[in-house]
Amino acid sequence: MIAFFLILVPLAAGLISFLIKEEKAVKSFALLASLASLAVSVLGLTVLKTDQYLNFNAPWMSSLGSSFSLKLDGMGQVLCLLTAVAYPLVVGGSWQASHQKPGRFFGLMLLAQAGLMGVFLASDALLFYFFWELALIPMYFLASQWGGERRIPVTFKFFVYTFLGSVLMLIGILYVYSQTADHSFSLASFYKVQIPGSTQLWVFWLFFAAFAIKMPVFPFHTWQPDTYEQASTPTTMILSGVMVKMGLLGLIRWLMPVLPIASYQWGDTVMILAVIGIIYASLIAIRQDDLKRLIAYSSIAHLGLMCAAVFSENISATQGVMIQLFNHGVNIIGLWIIVEIIERRYGTRKISELGGLAQQAPVMATFFVIIALANIALPLTNGFAGEFLMFNGLLGAKSKYFVVFTVLAGLGIILAAVYTLNMIRKTFYGEAVSLKVPVTDLKLNEKLVLGVIVLIIFWLGIHPQSLLEVTDGFAKDWVNKIDISYLFRK
Amino acid sequence: MNALIVSAVLGVVMMFSGILLKQKTAVRNVAIAGILLLLIVNLLEMNGITLFKIDTHGMLLFDHFALLFNAVVFAAVLLYFLLSSAEMEKVGVNYAEYFALIFFILCGVTLVTSFKSLLILFLGIEIISIPLYILTGSDKRNLKSNEASLKYFLLGTFSTGLMLMGIALLYGARGTFSTAVSPMVTATPNFLLLGGMSLLLFSMAFKVSAAPFHFWTPDVYDGAPTVFTSFMATIVKVVAFAGFVRLFDDAFEAQQAQWRIWVAVITAVTLFIGNITAVFQQSVKRMLAYSSIAQAGFMLFALYAMNADGKEGLLLYTAAYCIATIGIFAVLARMSDYTFDGFNGLSRGEPLVAGALTVFLLSLAGIPLTAGFMAKFYMLKAALATPGSSWLVVFAVLMAAVSVYYYFRVIQAMYFKAPGETVQPSFPAFFKWMLGILAVLVILLGLFPELLLGRLYF
Repeated sequence: MIAFFLILVPLAAGLISFLIKEEKAVKSFALLASLASLAVSVLGLTVLKTDQYLNFNAPWMSSLGSSFSLKLDGMGQVLCLLTAVAYPLVVGGSWQASHQKPGRFFGLMLLAQAGLMGVFLASDALLFYFFWELALIPMYFLASQWGGERRIPVTFKFFVYTFLGSVLMLIGILYVYSQTADHSFSLASFYKVQIPGSTQLWVFWLFFAAFAIKMPVFPFHTWQPDTYEQASTPTTMILSGVMVKMGLLGLIRWLMPVLPIASYQWGDTVMILAVIGIIYASLIAIRQDDLKRLIAYSSIAHLGLMCAAVFSENISATQGVMIQLFNHGVNIIGLWIIVEIIERRYGTRKISELGGLAQQAPVMATFFVIIALANIALPLTNGFAGEFLMFNGLLGAKSKYFVVFTVLAGLGIILAAVYTLNMIRKTFYGEAVSLKVPVTDLKLNEKLVLGVIVLIIFWLGIHPQSLLEVTDGFAKDWVNKIDISYLFRK
Repeated sequence: MNALIVSAVLGVVMMFSGILLKQKTAVRNVAIAGILLLLIVNLLEMNGITLFKIDTHGMLLFDHFALLFNAVVFAAVLLYFLLSSAEMEKVGVNYAEYFALIFFILCGVTLVTSFKSLLILFLGIEIISIPLYILTGSDKRNLKSNEASLKYFLLGTFSTGLMLMGIALLYGARGTFSTAVSPMVTATPNFLLLGGMSLLLFSMAFKVSAAPFHFWTPDVYDGAPTVFTSFMATIVKVVAFAGFVRLFDDAFEAQQAQWRIWVAVITAVTLFIGNITAVFQQSVKRMLAYSSIAQAGFMLFALYAMNADGKEGLLLYTAAYCIATIGIFAVLARMSDYTFDGFNGLSRGEPLVAGALTVFLLSLAGIPLTAGFMAKFYMLKAALATPGSSWLVVFAVLMAAVSVYYYFRVIQAMYFKAPGETVQPSFPAFFKWMLGILAVLVILLGLFPELLLGRLYF
């Protein structure tokens, strides 16, 4: 039931939002609805933890072998919690921003939430595909209608990229389906399929294309910086904080356990792409003058590291990825919130035009520094726990070149420190730029939202165990599923 | 059998109604009542109630697929009448005759969906084609309409000639017009048989406007009055497909190895030409003409796969494609500007119309939650069951991704662009609500395709 309500609440709320005309009312309603989703998610995490509540099954297209089945496992818990936490933060954090046609804006936002929850919960391949696209369509409209000058072509590029990836995945799904013994789309049947290694090698790319574009992994990333820059900030927050996790979830749930041999075989190739992405994106981030673009490139680097960690196929790395799925989402939303505040107050996002903000807005500066440091994984912050586990896992990877990968990925961390500290120095410290508008420090809602984010950062930095426990069973199971060492013993 | 006779009678009734009834609304109401009656008698036959008992000596067989297909087509014509019949008044003065011609076409439709003899197929195709030549040229004072009509007539008769030649060759090979051939007769493929089969393949490919036999399509669709383009691009096209599949399923099952590779090539070329050319169009009407070629490429999968999934897919495709395309054409026929810019800012004045159009376009592009996705899904699933077809399937989805480009141009114009200087048309309330209901229907079929397909097995 929990699983079902996680989708139903935002879906119903989204449809109702379309009918509300008044901006204040629709904002409050969206906030309330997203808090309700959060309550459901927390309920599933704490009180109603048995399968009876976490799983949901209903008949749907039975002649095709598909059913409406949802399952809230460890990874699902983390990602649904992230989605549920993200929405109140996004709505609350951008309370002052005003949108034309607010009813439509928040309606689409909530519909996207329903789609995202569905992706994270679906345990039927066809259902997964449905939700995969369902999350995309509202995002397309959101990013095309509200945002910068070039938003229409930029968003369209994003849409065509992801659509191309997803139709390729559809073929992959259909192929695996045709190989299942009981002609079923259910996840369990997919896991039982034995596909010959040589076939796996090409089916792998049908799936991987979709997930790589979504994350994005180098060289499929070209849509990402433009889209993040051009979309309105709340949209970008959802895109970068939550939506990119769809790609990682796809890898972990739908690709690697289904095609373990190919995942092992292509592991090095993917790791090379991921590492190139880390270095390349970090280097570009150093040269960026636009805050939004800087964060966009930094996100590519982070996701690249997570992708590499997934392919090292061991428990430590997997647990690192699990916790980082959540951390990256929360941290990047915090960064976007501050960028939005800066843009709204100062009328620019250019680092070269900003300076000395710490004197004018000390509270904001403190929050920003903490979140930025969490983003580069300083000890005591949430980022550290995740990245530590991931690097630990990378060092234990089965690949022959694991040392090279680890060192290069580690280089990414150093570069991240370079661009992040540089950005802080230039915008918050140094000479104050004289601005025409009178500058105020944070408003109450902004303090509240950023306070929550900082609280999460420290809580998970000091006590990562609270989240690791949730995914512990899942990670062990998963590593067993993708283990193909029995093939070598023969 | 019910629908065959009733549609012929209704054609005559409509001709007389033009003389007896002075008001155009009265004529329209008679037509709508007529198509409702046709739908009802067809549904009766599906439930085993046959009103006429005529021995056709095995030349016609009203099996379940044929009847369900007819039901879908009649329902589509009903929607077409409800949405677009008012627009027909603007074409010319012979209002009742247009309806009469359409009912005669429907008579041909019942023949093409249920033939068991090559002669009946020929008759059906001709009964469909000849009224269409007239409808294409019905805008008598418009040069483009005349050109389209002549072009359609010349190329159409040419392809009919090919078909007749093919039938003659087949008669030579098999000594019968019946498509229900025994395996004994078809065991040895010879020149007569293969020649006849190829000619039939080409002529049917012409009728469904598959490349490289598609050259007439854009000009004819563009030149014909928009209301009739809508009819041609939807009803007539899907019926030709039903006939195509039925013919090759019955008569050439044993020669599958020979024709399958040809069908694969035609499918790939059709998808390529349809989609790539549609990208470069400036007029929405011409874009839809090429889009109909592209969609035909997907429908060809039913022929290529020739299995149960393929037939279910064809049925679903018929419903999905007809609803969406009829809806879009109904709006287009009321627009003053047929270019993409004509749709600029439509969502501001007419949110319901724009919303429904968006659903139709998403359906044509094959986005999940819409009927169009399930239709494409069935087609891909059917094709993948054939060994060695992965290349074709991958190619098809790449082309589907291309199609997003031109369908979304309309969505972009409606939602994200400011209204231009051209006056937006006003839509009657009934029309808007009809579109809304159709959009809901598209989503319903996309969520529960079994609502339709389940009828196939009862």
